Amino acid sequence: MNTSIIIRNLTKKFGDVVAVNDVNLEVEAGSFLTLLGPSGCGKTTLLRCISGLEDPDDGEIIIGEQLVYSRSKGISLQPGQRDLGLVFQNYALWPHMTVYKNITFALEIQKMSKEEMDKRVKESLEEVQMGGYEDRYPREMSGGQQQRIALARMLAYRPSVFLMDEPLSNLDARLRMDMRTELKRLHHDSGATTVYVTHDQVEAMTMSSQIAVMKLGVIQQLDTPDRVYHFPANLFVADFIGNPKVNLLDGFVVAQDVVDAGHFNVPVNTLDKTGEVVIGIRPEDIIISTEPIDGAEEFTAYSVLPSGAETIIVARRGKLEISVKEIGVSKVEMDQKIWLAFNKEAVNLYDKESGNLVNA
Amino acid sequence: MSVTYADPQTASGKWHAHLRRFFRWLTTPHVFLSLIMLAVMYYMVLLPLYRMLVTTITVNQNDLRAIPGALVGDLTSYHWLRMLIGEIAKIMTYGPLVHSLTISIGATLLALLLGGGMAWLVVRTDIPGKNTIHMLATVPYIMPSWTIAMAWKVLFKTTAVSGGTPGMFQFVTGSPPPIWLSNGAIPIIISSGLHYYTFFFLFVSAALMSIDSSLEEAGDLAGASRTRILRKITFPLVLPAIASGFIMTFSKTMGTFGGPNVLGVPIGYYTLSTMLRSNTGIGNYGDAFVTAIVLILFSMTTIMINQKLIGTRKSYETIGGRGFMAQKMKLRNWRPFFIALITIVQFTIAIVPLVVLIYSTFMLRTGDFSLSNFTLHHWIGQSDLKINNGEPGVLLNPRIWHGAWNSIRLSLWTSFIGGIVGVILGYSIVKGRGTRLSKIVEQLAFIPYVIPGIAFGAVYISMFTKSFFGLPPLYGTFALLVIVSVAKHIPHSSRTGVSAMMQVGKELEEAASIAGATPWQRFKRIIFPLTSPGFVSSFLLNFITTMRELSLIILIVTPATAVLSSMTMRYIENGNEQQANAVIIILIVLVLIGNAIISRFRGGSLKKGLEAHK
Repeated sequence: MNTSIIIRNLTKKFGDVVAVNDVNLEVEAGSFLTLLGPSGCGKTTLLRCISGLEDPDDGEIIIGEQLVYSRSKGISLQPGQRDLGLVFQNYALWPHMTVYKNITFALEIQKMSKEEMDKRVKESLEEVQMGGYEDRYPREMSGGQQQRIALARMLAYRPSVFLMDEPLSNLDARLRMDMRTELKRLHHDSGATTVYVTHDQVEAMTMSSQIAVMKLGVIQQLDTPDRVYHFPANLFVADFIGNPKVNLLDGFVVAQDVVDAGHFNVPVNTLDKTGEVVIGIRPEDIIISTEPIDGAEEFTAYSVLPSGAETIIVARRGKLEISVKEIGVSKVEMDQKIWLAFNKEAVNLYDKESGNLVNA
Repeated sequence: MSVTYADPQTASGKWHAHLRRFFRWLTTPHVFLSLIMLAVMYYMVLLPLYRMLVTTITVNQNDLRAIPGALVGDLTSYHWLRMLIGEIAKIMTYGPLVHSLTISIGATLLALLLGGGMAWLVVRTDIPGKNTIHMLATVPYIMPSWTIAMAWKVLFKTTAVSGGTPGMFQFVTGSPPPIWLSNGAIPIIISSGLHYYTFFFLFVSAALMSIDSSLEEAGDLAGASRTRILRKITFPLVLPAIASGFIMTFSKTMGTFGGPNVLGVPIGYYTLSTMLRSNTGIGNYGDAFVTAIVLILFSMTTIMINQKLIGTRKSYETIGGRGFMAQKMKLRNWRPFFIALITIVQFTIAIVPLVVLIYSTFMLRTGDFSLSNFTLHHWIGQSDLKINNGEPGVLLNPRIWHGAWNSIRLSLWTSFIGGIVGVILGYSIVKGRGTRLSKIVEQLAFIPYVIPGIAFGAVYISMFTKSFFGLPPLYGTFALLVIVSVAKHIPHSSRTGVSAMMQVGKELEEAASIAGATPWQRFKRIIFPLTSPGFVSSFLLNFITTMRELSLIILIVTPATAVLSSMTMRYIENGNEQQANAVIIILIVLVLIGNAIISRFRGGSLKKGLEAHK
């Protein structure tokens, strides 16, 4: 498969609200791109513009070799002409049709022979481990099963682009975990270019090859999950990704490699930036000690929150509050004095005014 | 790229791009259908209204003698001045206006009291026999609105009115009932109120049922008294339902013709509707249309004031969802009283009129209620010049059969075309939600609702007497009856359409469109199968309302296109009371048969249809 998606200067407005604002985006052939962001950030609208269900107000969309939308040329292909499949948040299985009919709907439109259709139904149901469910009606199945059928319905006509609009958000936590595994496998096996919309960062991190973090119709960062996590492009991304949240401290550059964070200095990698900055450091990148150690600052354990595999310690010093993550069960107790040292390599610096990343 | 397009930088390239975008907008199914519906509604509603207005300010052939020196087609204020401030204004306009308002307000209040009270008893108390009460409450729907008036006439006719024969009351007691009891405002108010209480009953009971009981329990926990909860929580929540019932009953009674014609006209108690008829009857269209416009304005204003008062509270309607009443109020000592009351009321409304009417059809001579006067002549008698001007019994009368056939095919055509119009309107309004076009379509579709039935019929007289747009003049044709009935049902069709379409999540159609289905395939395989139960119910309701519709078509039927409902009026005006009553019975039987047949399809039901009617 070699279907890439190119989006140029795409804008979509609803009245005065700009849902998608001048977006430029390239989705490489065969990649799994996740549009991630809080509700109302325009991720679903962007997906619907790609699918053709929504007509943008400006820009261009090219899927593979085909120009599917261009305002300046007055082109907008129907969704059915764009060679893509879409899995809806609420599955959108047709309630008056059996599983078989749901799956063959698109195939009938393509005037496929009965034998070929039977074969496709069988194959696609097996792919989602739902063989034998041909004669069920949607209401006779659980949510998880309906989800699989919705996937099978898309797989059966083999589109070269898969679009998924929060497909797992209606499932319970356990099923969601299973389906993530399945979806990733499915993408791996089919190699279809996939655009996936979610507000769940864990879904985005675990499945994607690329993540586009969106806010107010604008892509904030387009990167690999690893880079989105470790080098968030701005304060919004840094704050949105990660649980527990990243620690953000106001600081002032005092030397090439030192930032004054108010109560203490933080060593950083060299940078050209001067003046006010925001220091971002993830809870797991802070070393915690119950004894004074070199380069560490004294804090008090305000609250200790163990969850089995890890423990979150909320430390305070004056008004400053910092979360620290320790693997396993921590020996720290509440109100105990602790010493925190920041891993220099993991500290990110942001411009106080623009909020943009200034190191790296 | 497989296709090449003109360079968008050049002027012709930009022009082509614009053209393509416009064409794409135009061929979007909901846009295309909206535009068609706009055109249809323009010709079916707006243009006729405009033509009617023009007729009132134009000199026509009949006016030449009254306006010296005028030519046909000249502008004139003659009709308006004459009807509003002339010597006859009091008789022709203000008197009837006061009568119409008296009747509408009286009947609406009576219906509200009966329907609202009964709804509360059924939903909120431990009164027994709820299903029976519900079933009997829908009976007025299958009866023409003037059935009770006809029965009233049989019961309370009086020789005190000149040319009158005695009714059952006078036959039994020997003394003629006073005229206020036999004719005029009070009998019309009672007979209409008893008929229209169903609206209130259904709307209010649905609203009461949908109120989440936790809303009231919260009031209870806050320490509010029973009456306070009723007044401060329950009443505001059912207010929108009461408002819907009010609008519907008021506009129906404003435009109603049957009751006032049967009980008012014999003593010269004219309403706007009967006045309208008598003016069109003598070809005095200028005057008649002034009356129609007055009627329309009054009905519109009342409805608008009502809408304003209720306003945004409409949005309460969805609150609550499926909360079932946890607690029913115990009636205790009052229980027998309310049981008796409901039994008597429902018996009076649903059973008595039918029994009285049937009884009267067996009487050879009117006024003689004794068994010795019994005959089957009015049903199966051969033509006898001494009785009924020589008309044979209704079952042997080819004119009746013809009328019945007209009624049936009118109802079928109306329901069928109305159903299609509903599908199209529902689709274009729902799919275009948020666009200006969709809003205009929705508002236009509401207009026929505020035009009283008889005025709506009048509108069409001015429109189709001449040929237009290559169509032959439609006046006097059966097609005109269908057009009028479909047009008058547009508000209901559009509501049914919208609510049916709303139930189909938009993703279902989008999924089909992703799969490559054309608009027609999407409609045929997804939308239609999922919405059809709603449309069957709507079809049923349209069928029934059209079968027993009178006010709407009374001005435009001709002997050739006469339907059963208009025949009952003609018979009663000619003094053939038994035949008129027999025709009503036939009408009711046909409605029942139609109901039974249509309900078999796809789970449609009268009740569902009525609920969408709101």
